[in-house]
Amino acid sequence: MKKYIEEAGFGHILEKVNAGQRLSRADGLQLYNSHDVLSLGYMANIVRNRINGDNTYFIYNQHVNYSNICTNLCKFCAFGKEKGAEQAYEMSVEDVKEKVRRRLDEPITEIHMVGGIHPDLPFQYYVDILRGIKEVRPEVHIQAFTCVEIAHFAELAGKPVEATLETLKDAGLGSIPGGGAEVFSPRIRQITCEKKLPGAEWLEISKIAHQYGLHTNATMLYGHIESYDERLEHLDALRNAQDETNGFLAFIPLAFHPKNTGMSEISSTTGVDDLKNMAVARLMLDNFPHIKAYWIMLGQKLAQVALSFGADDMDGTVKEEVITHMAGAETEQTVGSHTLIRLIREAGRTPFERDTLYNIIQRP
Amino acid sequence: MKDILTTISQGKRIDDDDFLYLAEHADLHQLGFLANTIRRRKHPGAAVTYVIDRNINYTDVCISGCTFCAFYKKPEEGGGHLLSFDELEAKIVETKALGGTQVLLQGGLHPDLGIGYYEDLVRFIHDRDIHVHGFSPPEIHHFAAVSGISTAEVLDRLVQAGLGSIPGGGAEILSNRVRGLTSPNKCNADEWIKVMEEAHGKGLRTTATMMFGHVEKFSERLEHLRRLRCLQDKTGGFTAFICWPFQPDNTRLGLDRTNARTGGHEYLKMLALSRIYLDNFDNIQASWVTQGPKIAQVSLFFGANDFGSTMIEENVVAAAGVSFKLQEKEIRRLVEDAGFEPRQRRMDYTLV
Repeated sequence: MKKYIEEAGFGHILEKVNAGQRLSRADGLQLYNSHDVLSLGYMANIVRNRINGDNTYFIYNQHVNYSNICTNLCKFCAFGKEKGAEQAYEMSVEDVKEKVRRRLDEPITEIHMVGGIHPDLPFQYYVDILRGIKEVRPEVHIQAFTCVEIAHFAELAGKPVEATLETLKDAGLGSIPGGGAEVFSPRIRQITCEKKLPGAEWLEISKIAHQYGLHTNATMLYGHIESYDERLEHLDALRNAQDETNGFLAFIPLAFHPKNTGMSEISSTTGVDDLKNMAVARLMLDNFPHIKAYWIMLGQKLAQVALSFGADDMDGTVKEEVITHMAGAETEQTVGSHTLIRLIREAGRTPFERDTLYNIIQRP
Repeated sequence: MKDILTTISQGKRIDDDDFLYLAEHADLHQLGFLANTIRRRKHPGAAVTYVIDRNINYTDVCISGCTFCAFYKKPEEGGGHLLSFDELEAKIVETKALGGTQVLLQGGLHPDLGIGYYEDLVRFIHDRDIHVHGFSPPEIHHFAAVSGISTAEVLDRLVQAGLGSIPGGGAEILSNRVRGLTSPNKCNADEWIKVMEEAHGKGLRTTATMMFGHVEKFSERLEHLRRLRCLQDKTGGFTAFICWPFQPDNTRLGLDRTNARTGGHEYLKMLALSRIYLDNFDNIQASWVTQGPKIAQVSLFFGANDFGSTMIEENVVAAAGVSFKLQEKEIRRLVEDAGFEPRQRRMDYTLV
């Protein structure tokens, strides 16, 4: 194996990986520029096994998207709609509660809730939907509102981010998901999501949340117009932020889905790109405890294979995924935990049901 | 393990014990490295090939009743279909318009059609100047039984009519125990091998397939590969090997929950093991029809050097709940994205 990797020109990177040393951006670029997925996967797997062993996590979760009405209307998004548009919707507090109530008989431990940047819902609405969920399902962990939404809420509330988080936390917010990061590069944001919170501010809000004791995740939307350099700039920024606060739990690479977006002329990501990106993320983000293979975006088969390319988490049952499916995802919208367990075992790993904060709930 | 690695790096053949040892102890990365080393040795260039063709299923009426199949109709239940020559004509015209070089002709084991029908069918297609890659061994075996002639005579008459080569379907698992459980009415493993041996003897090239991940034991997958490797030693008539996992939807076998859909990990592992064991096969195809474009592309690093066919039409796997569609343009993009050069080929692997 070692010989193969040396012949592929990755000997110096393998040495660093084995010694637990940090890879440089130049290393990252060499990895991205290679087609040798086997070498990348092998090295990423070394890091994965060192941090997580064979442990592979999944969660019993439910997605709630309270509204798709959005003033940002990012080009890569098929979910966001202008107010008054035909497919635009918003849920009342009661709608949100009803959605949660309908699944009370299932062993769900996490509600994952995000929405658009709504032009006129008041701050109180967001407080109320958190409270509403907790009323219906008091013990559930709510992972909600991307940093982009949090910044918007702080503006609505006319308060600093800390005070805004305080109010949301009191109402039931448990942690913050990693969405809205896209690609931090100002060039990319200028072209694809001009109105969105800038990358630097996204990172700032994550760090404030960490200092405030809220864990968060981080994502990267890849496979559109970004260069490898810009992906590495993004990973590097996350790695630096994590050095400062250590509050990120997982990194979740999100494969761009072009259908019904303003960038539909771009092709979907390929399996090789998905696996390469997974492996490079695991190798670069040496201070992130978890790398997630989000099966909704990758498909179950590739997500399973990604467990050998750096990933240690398959996300979860994800009841009723909407966002990726509006962009043409052909995966299922939900999956039974028995399927996840089977996929993990078939890949030679040990499945663990976890909660949002990666505490182990059970070993099936 | 070290001995096996040496054997492989010296380009020598692994034995059955080595195969079982690798299956048990090697992880996905090791299998990938080994399979890729062999694949690179056999295909040092950048080319990844594919063929433009269409699956034409002349009938879904079938007396075999295999438990893993979602495609067939029993003759007595009605609703079965026999393709008319007009429909056939339209399909051929479309295939040729898309740059197609062959049709893959396969159908159920129809109880009422004799050899004359199949001769007419082959002649009709052959007359339209397109390669006929047709009739898996169970069909040849069945035609012989229905017409009261030998399989050798069936082959002679079909070749006379214009048959160009034979697809490797209906192999499933070449173990008589497994076939007894899943397809007792189909030709057995020995008969499948015999038809292929006869075909190779008459100069027909064929492919070989394996459908795994159902009731077979792991040792029976090995038995399957061993039979193929032995025959290939004798005849050299196989052009390629294609494996894929059982697709359970809408099948009787799939009703049993223990026969769940095999994942991408196990597919890549089996593909790599096949590449390592079948040292006398030149080509290994990826199965995008069952695995989808992503895993199919990744399989180029786990032993596959060929992307299979564009399959302008595919009905059998689709009936079992899987319907990926890939156009030539998309196949070419996937191949290029993986760092290879896409090249259109014919059945015999000559380039177009």
